[in-house]
Amino acid sequence: MRAPAILFLLYWSLVGGVPSGSAADSCMTCHSAMEEGTKGPSTLIRNDVHIAHGLSCADCHGGDRSSDDPSIAMSKAKGFKGNPARTAIPKFCASCHASPDIMRKFAPSERVDQYQLYQTSIHGKRLAAGDANVATCIDCHSVHDIRAVKDALSPVHPLRVAETCSRCHSDKRKMAPYKIATDQFAEYRTSVHWEAMTKRGDLSAPSCASCHGNHGAKPPDVASVAAVCGTCHVLFQALYEKSVHKAVFSGEGGCVVCHQNHAIHKPSTAMLVGPNAVCSGCHEAGSVPARTAAQMAAWIDGLDRALRQSETVLARAEESGMEVSEAQVRLLDGRENLVKSRLALHAIDPGEMRTPIDAGMVIARETLDAGQAALREKNFRRWGLALSVLLIGIAILAIRFLIRRLEARP
Amino acid sequence: MTEKTNLPATDLKNKTLDWLDERTGWRMVRDLMDHKVVPLHAGTAWYYFGGITLFLLGIQAITGILLLLYYRPSVAEAFDSVRFIMTRVEFGWLIRSIHSWSANLLILAAFVHMFSVVFTHAYRRPRELTWLSGIALLGLMLGFGFSGYLLPWNQISYFATKVGTDVAASVPIAGPGIARFLRGGEDVGAATLTRFFAFHVMILPLITFGLVGMHLLLVQKHGMSTPSGVSPSRLAHMKFFPNFFLRELAVWYGVLAVLGTLAAIFPWELGLKADPFASAPAGIRPEWYFLAQFYTLKLIPSHVWFFEGELLGLLGFGLLAAGWVALPFWATGRDGEQRSRLVAAAGVFLICYLATFTILGYLK
Repeated sequence: MRAPAILFLLYWSLVGGVPSGSAADSCMTCHSAMEEGTKGPSTLIRNDVHIAHGLSCADCHGGDRSSDDPSIAMSKAKGFKGNPARTAIPKFCASCHASPDIMRKFAPSERVDQYQLYQTSIHGKRLAAGDANVATCIDCHSVHDIRAVKDALSPVHPLRVAETCSRCHSDKRKMAPYKIATDQFAEYRTSVHWEAMTKRGDLSAPSCASCHGNHGAKPPDVASVAAVCGTCHVLFQALYEKSVHKAVFSGEGGCVVCHQNHAIHKPSTAMLVGPNAVCSGCHEAGSVPARTAAQMAAWIDGLDRALRQSETVLARAEESGMEVSEAQVRLLDGRENLVKSRLALHAIDPGEMRTPIDAGMVIARETLDAGQAALREKNFRRWGLALSVLLIGIAILAIRFLIRRLEARP
Repeated sequence: MTEKTNLPATDLKNKTLDWLDERTGWRMVRDLMDHKVVPLHAGTAWYYFGGITLFLLGIQAITGILLLLYYRPSVAEAFDSVRFIMTRVEFGWLIRSIHSWSANLLILAAFVHMFSVVFTHAYRRPRELTWLSGIALLGLMLGFGFSGYLLPWNQISYFATKVGTDVAASVPIAGPGIARFLRGGEDVGAATLTRFFAFHVMILPLITFGLVGMHLLLVQKHGMSTPSGVSPSRLAHMKFFPNFFLRELAVWYGVLAVLGTLAAIFPWELGLKADPFASAPAGIRPEWYFLAQFYTLKLIPSHVWFFEGELLGLLGFGLLAAGWVALPFWATGRDGEQRSRLVAAAGVFLICYLATFTILGYLK
């Protein structure tokens, strides 16, 4: 009696690695037993999020997974659908993913409008027009080893999504029929967004889908670029909306006129003045706007220099052992004003910039004074020390003299 | 003419002194001072270290009282009040830096004093109680160091106290109770700070005051110890007052110069305010005088045979400390013979151990 029980437990422990939903799954049993190459997705699917949720092959492909007979298990009578045509894939996936009732069972917080959005996208529209080369669900999410978006190995995880898009969009051969540029990914990799994402590990930094949408993937209209950038850069957008540039740039691409679209680099005052100034693209040197830009650049650079000077002096004081932490904390407020002044620049109104610039300059002066006072105090301490040691030395000599006089007495 | 004018003044002075002596007996102290002598031999210089320790203790008391004028012992205010002392109070930085440096020099001087007593065998009969009171004072100084370290409530002191009280918690049976008593709860927090403040400024000073009095009284009663095997009557002597006292005064001035230099050139750091939710800073370690023991505990494997490594380490330290405290009792054989070589070997071993493990603790 004990032996069969042990054998049963042994068998159970061996098949235990297969999720419960596929425990009695003839699809898995048969396909796993096939030779390499004909195994199909039976190995791949073990990492699939659907399997982890207890679903099995038959839940997508139909058929009867309880039958060991292939002719019954994969019979049309049992609802077997086989592989869907490429053009039918979005609808195939949507049979569950667009159903709130089904999705509520497995992932209640998951959206169910992906298919609807997909149909509005360039990909979806072209697919509907019969172009089977455009991206469908499986081109981005993979097939049979579909992982949750938050899984770092998923091709649509924030760290990997740009690379996934580039598999097609950087492929000149694939993009040739659509006359689309293929340098977006290369440009994006030089941007501050890519740096934030990959070097600083900031998963909230934008990648392709953040601006273009994911399922409703579509390039933003020229007129709506500012709105797209403004979803993150809210305050910049608000000031831009007030600026004289708003009326001029809205037909030109808004933010991208100065900052570009994919190769967005760290902004600096070199964008305002100098040989590479973006302003000079529209404003002639010596014109009022060019002079205003130069003035604003000078204010920003001046505040930056003043804050750096304070920083250096405070660092020197700190290295000398002086307690300057309060001034260092105050200096952070100064840095914040510098950021605010760069922000205010987008209103293209010098008056808007004066407030943070003036506040920042006051802080820079205060902290510089604090640093210089600390250095003066350090020197005062050194002189005080020298004088004290001298006085102590004199006292010691006086004691020595006293001892000699005392001991010289008979 | 001169005698005529001085006589009434001398008379008045003598009458006043007589009046005072009748009420205070101060002449007895003067007589004691007059008769107190210091033996002169190759090791006379070691006598200065007792005085240096006492001088530094005095500095601690004065600077500690001055710090108390501004220090506020609460989690919300402790750090800011120390920063206020360092940045806003006139010469506050000097007072705090001298207090911190002096604490370290005091423990160093106390260790030197203790080892000088060991190597000159000054612990032997009838000075057993002088030794015991001295060892107890060293323990109190370490207690001052441990409790005072937390008071600025900065990141390093917070985590060092956490580690220190964790070690106390691993003592068998009484450990968890000791740790709870020290912390005033399950973890280092507001209750620990107020408790450590009470230890530092009230409980420990009261005990120290009594013990220092007892120690000095015993030194006065037995006189200065002479090296073993040398009869005090065959040694030359120097009057304690004023001859030795003036020399000691010169040494104190020298120590004051060193203290001032350290405080002015290397002001004691304040660091960052303690944040119980932050992770422990890298390379956290206790003050140098606990470093040898800390590093030893780190080296012991987590399990040795059936014993927990830390427990075994604490047991070893306990036995070592007990043996060291009892030194005057095992240093003399039943036949009255001094085990001088054994004591010297034990002293050398302890110095080598403390020096090596302290240096390794810093380097690793």
